[in-house]
Amino acid sequence: MNTRLRRTLPFAGLVFAGIAAPFLFPDYTFQFTVLWVMILFALTWDILGGQMGYNSLGNIAFFGVGMYICAVVQIGLYYDVAQYTASYGAVKVEFTADQYFTGLAVGLIAAGLGAMVFSVILGWVVFGLRGPYFAIGTLGVALSAGELTGAWDYVGGGGGIALPIYPGEPDDRSLFFYVLSFTLTIILFFLLRWIYLGRFGLAANAIRDDEEKAEGMGIHTMRYKTVGWAIAAFFLGISGALFGNMIGFIEPLEVAFPTVTFGLFMVVMCLLGGRGTLWGPVIGATLFHTFKEVTWIYLLGWQWVALGALIVVSVVFFQQGIVGWVKEKWPEKFGIAVDDRALAETDPDLDEAPSQRLRRQTEAAQ
Amino acid sequence: MLDNIALLGIAPLLNVQLLLDGLFIGAIFVLAAYGLALVWGVMNVKNLAQGDFVMMGGYIAFVMTKLGIHPIFGLPVAIVFMFGFGWVVYRVIIYRVVGKDLFTSLLATFGMAIVIQQLLNLIFSPDVMVAESGFAIRSYLGGMVTVADIKLISFLLAGVLATLVITFMKYSRMGQAIRATAQDPRAARVMGIDTERVYAFTFALNAAICGAAGVLISMIWVLQPFFGMTYSIRAFVIVTAAGLGNLPGVIIAGLGLGAVEQFAGFILGAELQQFTVVGLLVAILVWRQVQMSRHRQAVR
Repeated sequence: MNTRLRRTLPFAGLVFAGIAAPFLFPDYTFQFTVLWVMILFALTWDILGGQMGYNSLGNIAFFGVGMYICAVVQIGLYYDVAQYTASYGAVKVEFTADQYFTGLAVGLIAAGLGAMVFSVILGWVVFGLRGPYFAIGTLGVALSAGELTGAWDYVGGGGGIALPIYPGEPDDRSLFFYVLSFTLTIILFFLLRWIYLGRFGLAANAIRDDEEKAEGMGIHTMRYKTVGWAIAAFFLGISGALFGNMIGFIEPLEVAFPTVTFGLFMVVMCLLGGRGTLWGPVIGATLFHTFKEVTWIYLLGWQWVALGALIVVSVVFFQQGIVGWVKEKWPEKFGIAVDDRALAETDPDLDEAPSQRLRRQTEAAQ
Repeated sequence: MLDNIALLGIAPLLNVQLLLDGLFIGAIFVLAAYGLALVWGVMNVKNLAQGDFVMMGGYIAFVMTKLGIHPIFGLPVAIVFMFGFGWVVYRVIIYRVVGKDLFTSLLATFGMAIVIQQLLNLIFSPDVMVAESGFAIRSYLGGMVTVADIKLISFLLAGVLATLVITFMKYSRMGQAIRATAQDPRAARVMGIDTERVYAFTFALNAAICGAAGVLISMIWVLQPFFGMTYSIRAFVIVTAAGLGNLPGVIIAGLGLGAVEQFAGFILGAELQQFTVVGLLVAILVWRQVQMSRHRQAVR
């Protein structure tokens, strides 16, 4: 087998698996849709978290923003949103097929663009925060977004919005959303593969390794961070819009801004698979989702405990992730030349005490 | 919203009521925040399970009332139990996190927080609970200001606890060792301090402080398995506002946060009370960043 074929085989396999899945297991189409959304979560988180070393805990905010923008557009095109939400879904409003698909198409695009604009504005505010402060700050943004939406009556407040109903058979409906989320994730995957190979990937990794030096070398770090976050936000926004329509009912705390569930899952999936790699998020998301569903079925009641334990174990004991572990084990397969002496020189001082490190970092920050 | 502000102007005693309520709850925030600042400063671990430790302490007091014992006696029980719990958690999880990159501790303790809150949820159900103290509620200033005796007592207890911990940190052998390790772990090790033990003790002490705070919360406020996260966030707000190792700052910020939250809850409505805390966190972080960037420019 020549190298070129061997390189493209996994990508073809991924696309093929995506196309074949709903035909082989038609009963699980909904689960597969969620799986593709999960993979999208992990991939978008990895743009900043893995490639640039900016660990955000609040990316889920874009998901919720997209979901709400789409809902408002879908309804607002044909009805008065305030009246619609005030009725709390008690008054059934009919949408014709034509209205539904037009609304959805416009809503999806608006969701992506709206989330992107939000990310740019937000990035301008929070990108000065470094390290754990960035993580806590973004977590705060996501939590407050949920709380604010819950207090905003125009979009239904804590009561949420019932979205237009899909005009057609239930089976068609699940296949329809499957195809949309699959296409979206595959587009994102190949887009990321392309940009990671180019200048963007190099700049991103430079920022991760040493932001001050990268800046010194003439990289516009702020521009790269903003672009990276905007890409993540665009896809998260669209996925949020899709997810909301698939569920059919949206609500601020559990569905739109689930900071401690989906918002945390995307980080853990990345860490589990191996951050800073292209395939890591895909593998991590697949395993994590499978684990989640299995525990949901066989450990009912204890599923959250099991999930929390998995998070602790994967973060504390298995930091490098699956792809990272494989890379460490067989580095030559990835074209990495191993030189133990060079490794010993570059490896950080393991004896360095936390407070020393803190001092060094604060000095560097100043 | 404006009506509510006007109401505060018409009835000035309402301000007193809100302020008092804020200070009483703020005293407890101070305890949790002090524990966080301790762990953060000494071992550079950011504990997102802080609030869940608080809830654990609260449920200990709740169990005591169910057994027919007054919840105030839950204080020593919670302190001892949580101290042991903190030690075990350190031995199993935290000591692998110390010295790793900063995000690791945040995520690991986040995972821990989920495990704890879900276990509490399984054991005690997600209902809101209170440990009844049975003390009287008194009116002051012509009936306009009501204060439950238990709130006063818990405020005093919080003060006593804080004084005890500060005295301990200042004068005891272990307290000195903790402060030495915070300054320079390597030098501390050279001087013959078992830093591993110091770390374990610090984390256990933090858990004990949180447990005590939880007992007080259970008597003057409510318990719910998922409320832990809000206390963690409050602790972060206070510590980031005050800065590490700034004890007077932590006390002022904690009491201030309690008061601000009460006033915001009254003026903006209860549904925005949570938002005030989180929004304040973001605002403080951004404000600090603006200051930092100004500083960076000055250096340049």
